[in-house]
Amino acid sequence: MSLLAEHVLLRHRDVPHIRDINVYTNHGGYDALRKALSDMRPEEVTDVVKAAGLRGRGGAGFPAGVKWSFIPAGVKPVYIVVNADESEPGTFKDREIIEANPHQMIEGIALCAYAVGAQAAYVYGRGEFKGPFVGLQQALDDAYEKGFLGRNILNSDFSFDIYTHLGAGAYICGEETALLESLEGKLGQPRNRPPFPAQVGLYNKPTVVNNVETLTNVPPIVLHGAQWYRQFGTDKSPGTKIFCLSGHVARPGNYELPLGAPLRHLIEECGGGVPGGRALKAILPAGASAPILPGPGWGTGDILDLSLDYESVQAAGSMLGSASFIVMDETVDMVWAASKMAHFFKHESCGKCSPCREGTYWVEDVYHRLRDGSGRPGDVDLLLNIADQMDGNCFCLLGEFSVCPVRSSIQHFRDEYEALVKG
Amino acid sequence: MLSEAEHQELNEILKKYPDKRSAVLPALYIAQRARNYLTDDDIRGVAEALDISVTEVQAIVGFYTLLRKDPTGKYIVQVCTDLPCALRGAEEFYRRLCQRLGLPPQGGTTDDGLFTVEAVVCLAACDKVPLAQINLKYYENLSDDRIDAILDGLRRDSEDA
Repeated sequence: MSLLAEHVLLRHRDVPHIRDINVYTNHGGYDALRKALSDMRPEEVTDVVKAAGLRGRGGAGFPAGVKWSFIPAGVKPVYIVVNADESEPGTFKDREIIEANPHQMIEGIALCAYAVGAQAAYVYGRGEFKGPFVGLQQALDDAYEKGFLGRNILNSDFSFDIYTHLGAGAYICGEETALLESLEGKLGQPRNRPPFPAQVGLYNKPTVVNNVETLTNVPPIVLHGAQWYRQFGTDKSPGTKIFCLSGHVARPGNYELPLGAPLRHLIEECGGGVPGGRALKAILPAGASAPILPGPGWGTGDILDLSLDYESVQAAGSMLGSASFIVMDETVDMVWAASKMAHFFKHESCGKCSPCREGTYWVEDVYHRLRDGSGRPGDVDLLLNIADQMDGNCFCLLGEFSVCPVRSSIQHFRDEYEALVKG
Repeated sequence: MLSEAEHQELNEILKKYPDKRSAVLPALYIAQRARNYLTDDDIRGVAEALDISVTEVQAIVGFYTLLRKDPTGKYIVQVCTDLPCALRGAEEFYRRLCQRLGLPPQGGTTDDGLFTVEAVVCLAACDKVPLAQINLKYYENLSDDRIDAILDGLRRDSEDA
């Protein structure tokens, strides 16, 4: 069933109890860190990550090694911030890594620190990860005890600390500069970019911000090399990726596949298909933050033939993002589905810029009246008009992405909207 | 206000950060622990401990949803009804839960002050629906019977205490 002989990231599914540091080290754990510290110069670690073509797994898909190479030389201290603020609707992969395979992430953080010359890292988790972070702290304590963290790691002159930090309920803190503000004890609102965090980040110091899954890719890349890593995935989207599958499938869950795997495999083989023989109506490939893709009966062509890599999903009119696939069957009222996402964005808008603060409220108001039977003629065009006014005018991507479900649901399912206006 | 023991706990946390302002969320969590919400005194105590203005700490409390200024139940029951969960019946699960607890459909606090029930957005567990967090602890793959049993258990713990 699986397209992989063994997992690269979800290794706990092949090696039971790998969250235990002794099991991890018995199965090659921390060998990549040992190799880097004894045989590699820091820039060689960055180079192998670049050569592997690892792209950021938090959503943006920016090449991780390139991001690391933006850290200026000679400015100290350098920080690493690990984005574990996993809050996109339909996304639950980072939590599984933290709970079940934490040492691979920790080793990845240490390798990144060695590559960029960082002194400290903060793992920023959403406040709701209080429980998972108890286990993470235990894993960190174990790594310190074994000499993989702290002073003179593995008897080298490399010293480095990792701290945990919990947010307190704010989706916007997944945006990297809002996260930095929050970590500095301020409101979690985004900063102007440029300057980018690589130049002016945490406490105004050079900072690498990477997602949990991104860093979890690093130890196998350093240990086995770029060529080994590139056996998985496509030329432009190398490696494996964890796909979060939710909604109307028989077996929702996380599935690790090579990038470029067919959507059909994810939904039918991994997820067991849409239950009850019902038709697949629509898919959200990146949670609430990307355009909806219509199912075979509602769009042109067969969406199930889609190749799951960054370029192909974009060419199909959406985004791979964090790869949180929400599946909807033929029974779903698409105005209702879009209104759920409108509610989400209104709830999570940070209030900093007026297009997002006002726009998300206005959009939700229109959805309210459409759904309670008081929709007015012109409301569908009004939604599109608000979307046009927000597009390109919001301070950060939260507002920009909030219009994706609105526009795409109207584009593909406009008749469902019009029925509410006339009815 | 923070107790002596809480001040010591905060001092340990401060060692993690070069700027003590970074400890504002951890400090507010400590201050909120006893009652599940923050009084003006609590907020003043945190502001003084970290040399931040009271106004700024108030703004932070207002910004983050897990920090609360209104009295709540002893147990905060947060049920995810966001899109992925709603597709698997979470809205009905939530409505039935509220009904059995004698609460309006949108939730609220039970008369005995034990449970505050809320519908929330995504909790990063969309493959284990229905699910809830109770005082930030995950309870997943729930059914009506299972959550009733969990709440009964908490009710008994509370009576024994």
